[in-house]
Amino acid sequence: MRRPHRRIETQLTVVGTGIAGFAAALFARARGLDVAQVGHSGALAYTTGYLDLLGVADGRKIADPWAGLDALRMTEPGHPFGRLANADIRAALDAFIGEVNAMGLGYTPAGAANLTALLPYGVTKPTLSLPETMWPGAAALAERAPALIVDFAGLQGFSAAEFAANMAAVWPGLATARLAFPGMESLQVFPEPMARALETRETRAAFVARLRPHLGAVTHVGLPAILGVHRPDTVRAALEAELGVTLFEIPTIPPGVPGIRLRELFERHLPGRGVALEPNLKAAEARLDPSGITLALHGPMEDLDIRAEAVVLATGRFLSGGLRAERSGIRETLFGLPVAQPDGREAWFRPAYFDPRGHPVNRLGLTVDDRFRPLDAAGAPVHPRLHAAGAVLAGQDWARSRSGAGLAIASAWAAVNAAGAELGSSPGDPGPTTAPGAAPAQEPGTA
Amino acid sequence: MSDHETDVLIIGAGATGAGVMRDLALRGIASLLIDRRDLNAGASGGNHGLLHSGGRYAATDTATAAECRIEGEILKRVAPQCIDDCGGLFVAVEGDDPDFAARFPAACAAAGIACEALTPDEARAREPALPQTLIAAYAVPDATIDPFRLVLENVAHAEALGLGRYLPHTAVEGFETDAGRIVAAQARDLRTGAPFRIAVREVVNAGGTWAGRIAALAGCDEVRLLGSKGTLIIANTRIAKGVINRLRPPGDGDILVPGGTVSILGTSSVTLRDPDDAAARAPTAAEVDRILDEGSAMLPVLAETRFVRAFSGVRPLLLSDAAEEDGRKASRGFTLYDHEGQGLANFCTIVGGKLTTFRLMAEKTADLVAARLGVVAPCRTATEPLPSGPGLGWTAPGASARDWMARADATDTILCECEMVARSAVDEIVARAPGHEDHMSLDAIARRSRIGKGACQGAFCSMRVTSHLYDAGVYEGAEGLGEMRRFIDGRYRGVRPVLWGAGLAQTELAEILHVGLAGLDLLNDDAPEDPR
Ligand SMILES: Cc1cc2nc3c(=O)[nH]c(=O)nc-3n(C[C@H](O)[C@H](O)[C@H](O)COP(=O)(O)OP(=O)(O)OC[C@H]3O[C@@H](n4cnc5c(N)ncnc54)[C@H](O)[C@@H]3O)c2cc1C
Ligand SMILES: Cc1cc2nc3c(=O)[nH]c(=O)nc-3n(C[C@H](O)[C@H](O)[C@H](O)COP(=O)(O)OP(=O)(O)OC[C@H]3O[C@@H](n4cnc5c(N)ncnc54)[C@H](O)[C@@H]3O)c2cc1C
Repeated sequence: MRRPHRRIETQLTVVGTGIAGFAAALFARARGLDVAQVGHSGALAYTTGYLDLLGVADGRKIADPWAGLDALRMTEPGHPFGRLANADIRAALDAFIGEVNAMGLGYTPAGAANLTALLPYGVTKPTLSLPETMWPGAAALAERAPALIVDFAGLQGFSAAEFAANMAAVWPGLATARLAFPGMESLQVFPEPMARALETRETRAAFVARLRPHLGAVTHVGLPAILGVHRPDTVRAALEAELGVTLFEIPTIPPGVPGIRLRELFERHLPGRGVALEPNLKAAEARLDPSGITLALHGPMEDLDIRAEAVVLATGRFLSGGLRAERSGIRETLFGLPVAQPDGREAWFRPAYFDPRGHPVNRLGLTVDDRFRPLDAAGAPVHPRLHAAGAVLAGQDWARSRSGAGLAIASAWAAVNAAGAELGSSPGDPGPTTAPGAAPAQEPGTA
Repeated sequence: MSDHETDVLIIGAGATGAGVMRDLALRGIASLLIDRRDLNAGASGGNHGLLHSGGRYAATDTATAAECRIEGEILKRVAPQCIDDCGGLFVAVEGDDPDFAARFPAACAAAGIACEALTPDEARAREPALPQTLIAAYAVPDATIDPFRLVLENVAHAEALGLGRYLPHTAVEGFETDAGRIVAAQARDLRTGAPFRIAVREVVNAGGTWAGRIAALAGCDEVRLLGSKGTLIIANTRIAKGVINRLRPPGDGDILVPGGTVSILGTSSVTLRDPDDAAARAPTAAEVDRILDEGSAMLPVLAETRFVRAFSGVRPLLLSDAAEEDGRKASRGFTLYDHEGQGLANFCTIVGGKLTTFRLMAEKTADLVAARLGVVAPCRTATEPLPSGPGLGWTAPGASARDWMARADATDTILCECEMVARSAVDEIVARAPGHEDHMSLDAIARRSRIGKGACQGAFCSMRVTSHLYDAGVYEGAEGLGEMRRFIDGRYRGVRPVLWGAGLAQTELAEILHVGLAGLDLLNDDAPEDPR
């Protein structure tokens, strides 16, 4: 039997459904471009939820990421941030955070300085924007507020005792408690089902009853990130009203709820904004020709061809499949784009894991021009309208420098603006656009 | 650390030292076993785990081959719980010397080793991973042995008899001698830095590759050793039912040893001047490639296999002229130095040999020590079964998973998902495995279990185990994160040479977590690292 074959034509196709890919799709729609996006589950579900811009430079935490970016442009001229001005990076972050807030997920605005965000092991990291559900934790730490940290029987990798022990030097006197999560007693429990359960009134009531006896005189209660998937701000407000304390979330080891929230938020809202989204399909092959780019996708039921005038490649690194390492070398998987690399894999990783310089392999990727177009070996763009954004870019080590989301969002902004200019669109209203007739996304009720 | 007193001090807690400890205890003699690192920190933890039938040495060294055969038969009787009697094949493929292969049965016969000729089809029926290019195959009684369990049980048995005590991270740094006798050893607890004194009647040097240095501390210069580094790579799948040896003069990548749920391929051989030179000791990408390229000629599936780790051990080989060139040609026999010619009457050094022959090495050593102490009790290790006990059974690949499934206790969570190590196993090790102590390191727990040995190589389970140890009150303050950092860095050294494909992607995720979630790269900035 012949498999059904479908063909889509778009101005711009985004390949990848990480932060860079979703940001690119949103930015492109805001410019009025006709957009398709394809991807499959990837690294997004792993994020802490924090939007980092630049938290670490030269192996030290930094307070002012904007000054840090200015310094980075001097010390690392090849860094992708070197192709962007601070004003553009700020515009990109403001636009992204504005979109996320408009879709109903609260994030703090990008400010002038880094915030000190909490991590599950009782250490902190500098970041620029936090989910509203996590922000009170940073504030509580700043005032050393009397707080209770709660963990759950059967929830691995989050220990209130560990958090408090490691925090003790900077935030002494944290109380701890271990609760059995209502309805999930004595089993191994995972954050996502807990978060979904807290969206129901019954579970919240049972949870409040179990937590209340531990409150003592604390003003704040810190929990692993489990306060609902779709309306965390509402779940938090409802619990705070019952408990009379301020609640904050702390990220957990992945896959964690904050990343799932972002992914589900985008998957729910982007189609309504006119993005032809295929969130569970990988681009299997790609063909470049002077007038555009053709992508071939093989779904479970049908084959799909996407014909695009321009492409933003945001396929991430090894974990997400954008790059692949063989014993003999590293390659880009979809277009076979050149990846400049040292001779032999002995040079990929340094002998000491925590070498403060980071591992050379993390800086390999796609070299681009000022319009974020991947370059061939001779230094010319591989295709006039093939752009790249996010972690797949060369010359950066986002994990060590704590710049993952910021780099993804800012490079997506630059790539889309370059593609938009080539396609003749103007940078229209950057605010949220709702396609006419798009049904408001159906959300599981926050009863 | 207060001072100690013991009848016999045994230096080096590899198979040999642990074997001497148990042998003495069975003769009623008390001993103190020390290691500057921990159990199996030397060659006993960095080897192939092959309980040799002797086939490997049949062509070159009949005496060693026969010794291996006899000892292998004894161990299969007294310590079956440590052994997988899986059998082995010797195979030659196109391009290998057919004459060498043809001489193999006669060489085995000379050493008394059972050897059955198989047709290529019969061999492939036993081991479907073997290639079409097979030209010769023989079956021999090779087996595999879990050196971790073996050593733990030897130490635990001596402790259980009330005649042995084991101290980890304790190094010997010098000796006090008087009138031709060692009266005390100067030791140091390397965890606290505290020096202390161990008063002794007899001293056994079982320091493996380091034995020459230890003997020199007592003024004996007759122990001259060659360090020969061997590198091995581990796959977390079982590729073969039994051991597969390449039937040719020993070379790189010519033995595949299965063990439980894993397979180990090796080795290479590189002469090392200084066994403590960490850079020279580390396995390299080039060695891995060589082992893999050679190994794939014998077992083509290896080219597609995911390897989780490379590691190397340093063979303690007795220095001889031939050996200077090639570690593989050096004698596999062992030597017991009584040091009487060097003017010491209560010191001996046991060195060389194989894991397979550790019991015999321990017997000869204990014979000497017992005679010097005037004890007439005979050696019992060839007949007395090696008992097991709590905290000892967690090292075999697959054992924790079987135990967890058999108990079906839903409240006993899995801490290490790759190897299915449950919380209860970690609790048991921390409470009673040999060498357990307060604030036990992750490395010490890992040595006594499968933690950190599966696909993730500790990258993920170390985080869960650390959290659990905080909950259990084992770790306090910031020490747990320091432990995690040290452990992950240690495991990484072996992961680095096999990073490509899926393993590299997993390491990318691991680094993001270690850095982004645990801030381990900045730990030293936030809090000074625990001096231990
Ligand atoms: C564990 C973890 C924690 C993190 N924590 C933070 C944090 O605290 N703060 C922060 O700012 N950032 C964090 N990040 C980083 C951030 O979320 C992004 O991963 C990073 O910025 C890179 O984004 P990206 O969109 O470029 O790539 P990715 O997120 O890797 O996305 C790439 C996408 O491309 C898709 N893809 C690949 N190949 C194809 C193909 N052929 N066809 C279709 N689709 C394809 C993948 O499925 C995936 O959806 C974290 C990331 C991880 C993994
Ligand atoms: C790559 C390789 C593969 C091998 N494969 C096999 C095989 O398949 N089958 C087999 O039978 N044999 C094999 N062998 C040989 C076998 O591993 C060794 O012969 C055996 O383990 C030696 O044990 P040992 O106790 O004598 O020495 P080791 O295990 O090396 O023990 C010496 C100990 O002394 C300690 N020490 C050193 N200095 C001091 C000090 N100053 N104070 C206190 N302690 C100290 C060390 O920390 C170490 O733990 C292999 C060896 C290698 C290297």
